[in-house]
Amino acid sequence: MLEVRDLSLAFDDLLLADRLNFQLQAGKIHVIIGPNGTGKSSLLKVLFGDIRPQSGDVLFDGERLDYRQTGHWRQRFGYMPQDIRLDIGLTVLEVVLLGQLDALSLKLRDPLIEAALKALDQVGLLQLAHRDVRTLSGGQCQMVLFAQALIRNPRILMLDEPVSALDLHFQQVLLDHLYQQTHRQHWVSVMVLHDLNLAAQYADNLLVLKGGRLIAQGAPAAILSPELVHEVYGVSAEIAYDQQGVPFIRTPRRGRPGQSVAAPEAQVRAVLAG
Amino acid sequence: MTSLSLAESLRLQRHNEQRRIWMLLALFCVLAASFVMDIATGPSMLGVEEVVNVLLRLVGVPVGVQPTSEVIVISLRLPIALMALIVGGVLGVGGAEMQTLLNNPMASPYTLGMAAAAGFGAALMLYVGSLGLSTEFAVPVGAFVCCMLSAGLLFGLAMMRHITSGQLILAGIALLFLFQSLLSLVQFVSSPELSQQILFWLFGSLTKATWTNVGITASVTLVCMTLLMRDAWKLTALRLGESRAKSLGVNVARLRLKTLVIVALMTATVTSFVGIIGFIGIVAPNIARMLVGEDQRYFLPLSFLVGAFLLSSASVLSKTIVPGALFPIGIVTAIIGVPFFFWMIIGKRTH
Repeated sequence: MLEVRDLSLAFDDLLLADRLNFQLQAGKIHVIIGPNGTGKSSLLKVLFGDIRPQSGDVLFDGERLDYRQTGHWRQRFGYMPQDIRLDIGLTVLEVVLLGQLDALSLKLRDPLIEAALKALDQVGLLQLAHRDVRTLSGGQCQMVLFAQALIRNPRILMLDEPVSALDLHFQQVLLDHLYQQTHRQHWVSVMVLHDLNLAAQYADNLLVLKGGRLIAQGAPAAILSPELVHEVYGVSAEIAYDQQGVPFIRTPRRGRPGQSVAAPEAQVRAVLAG
Repeated sequence: MTSLSLAESLRLQRHNEQRRIWMLLALFCVLAASFVMDIATGPSMLGVEEVVNVLLRLVGVPVGVQPTSEVIVISLRLPIALMALIVGGVLGVGGAEMQTLLNNPMASPYTLGMAAAAGFGAALMLYVGSLGLSTEFAVPVGAFVCCMLSAGLLFGLAMMRHITSGQLILAGIALLFLFQSLLSLVQFVSSPELSQQILFWLFGSLTKATWTNVGITASVTLVCMTLLMRDAWKLTALRLGESRAKSLGVNVARLRLKTLVIVALMTATVTSFVGIIGFIGIVAPNIARMLVGEDQRYFLPLSFLVGAFLLSSASVLSKTIVPGALFPIGIVTAIIGVPFFFWMIIGKRTH
């Protein structure tokens, strides 16, 4: 369990965390949502020990994060930062291999390479293994970096907007894999997402951040409401539910007064069920 | 695209690694050839076969050689030729690691003002009359101290927790201008003869090489290269970007500082003995990168070999452009370096 106690973080006069308290259970996907610039990525960096908060503590299974000694703490992490550019003369396989950095030596043993190849296979990229990463698309880079985070066999997996460049197919591959592995391997998975629908579908626990405060936390179906969306994003949204009770959020197009663009709820149901 | 199995993919990776090892060997052979050529050329030309025989005899193979060629090779040409290899290699590796640390293919120890600082140190020593010590001793020491001093400023910056590589480059360029101005100042206040002496030092020359110098630089280089090779994977990870390297568990601040110290030490040592030799630090790593990519297990040694080859062949050229005359090697490297550089830039665009 990853736990945050009384965490406060500010850059100059920008308040990013105001005495935050929350607990992230293992074996669950925790999705952080919130407006741009509200400190979601910074929060991940605090958890990782890269940014030192003004006050408060981060604990994992009772062990406190010491910001002067982060080496041991970080070993349990798989962390995929937001930036997905890969401008380096390495092959896909070599980039994934780097995920096992501590185990690498001048002479690579077969099992290490095989582990990297398996990770690539799991995310459907084995065919790209020997390609120069500079020839990949943004989405392909993102999948490679996901494989790199997976291969660390982490206890805590943090993904900062992991699907920002992915097509529908790879979005599903990544999130399904994350879902299975999180439950099977008992990871604490923390993910920042902007797409509320994906968040609603995959989150076991949704954390809604705004202005340094945790506005709401809980199962998506329990907390997502038009009022919440309006409070957080200042947008009026409509929410429907599919047959499994997963919320489906849709924002109407603005600029056409008097004309409703909302589909009837029955139609939404039909689309989702189909 | 054909479908690959895990086993085939593993074999392909092994094949790729093998290819890079062949590349290293190939460069080693080219280097050996230019090394022999370097020894053979000079005021009295020796035959390639004669040179090879002397070298063989030196490592204990009983072959007959002429005593005069043996003296020429061992006491005159061999230290210079070896110095060319070491200095070229060190400049190549220094450039490679600076480019890695700063995430910028145009970086080299020169970009960060290390050479300018060494030049200033040497000039200052000449100006103050070597403080009563022998010039051969005082000038390299002055260059070394100043080079490490300017590098020390960078170390201080690199130790700060949230400094980016971009800020380091800017600071380095500022140092470069500072030491160049100071160097000009020393030249400005010096007598014409002294100014001439300073200028000659700045050109860079291998003729100052002695067996002692070669021994010192070789030892420093060996230690530094070993230390760098031990961090090969971490350095590769660093090129993924600082935040990603951190996410893989690299202590970026410590790695950066450690590598900077190693590179500064190597660069300061060779620069203090041979003066300023430009361009190899930028060109060699870029060629190495094109040949084997940026897996530092291959990139690092190949940068050394390419750098060594460039300086060694420049040394041959400097002796053969005008027979009997010796061109300052620093000038030659820049002149052959520029076409390489252009080819690199244009090659990149068509890539």
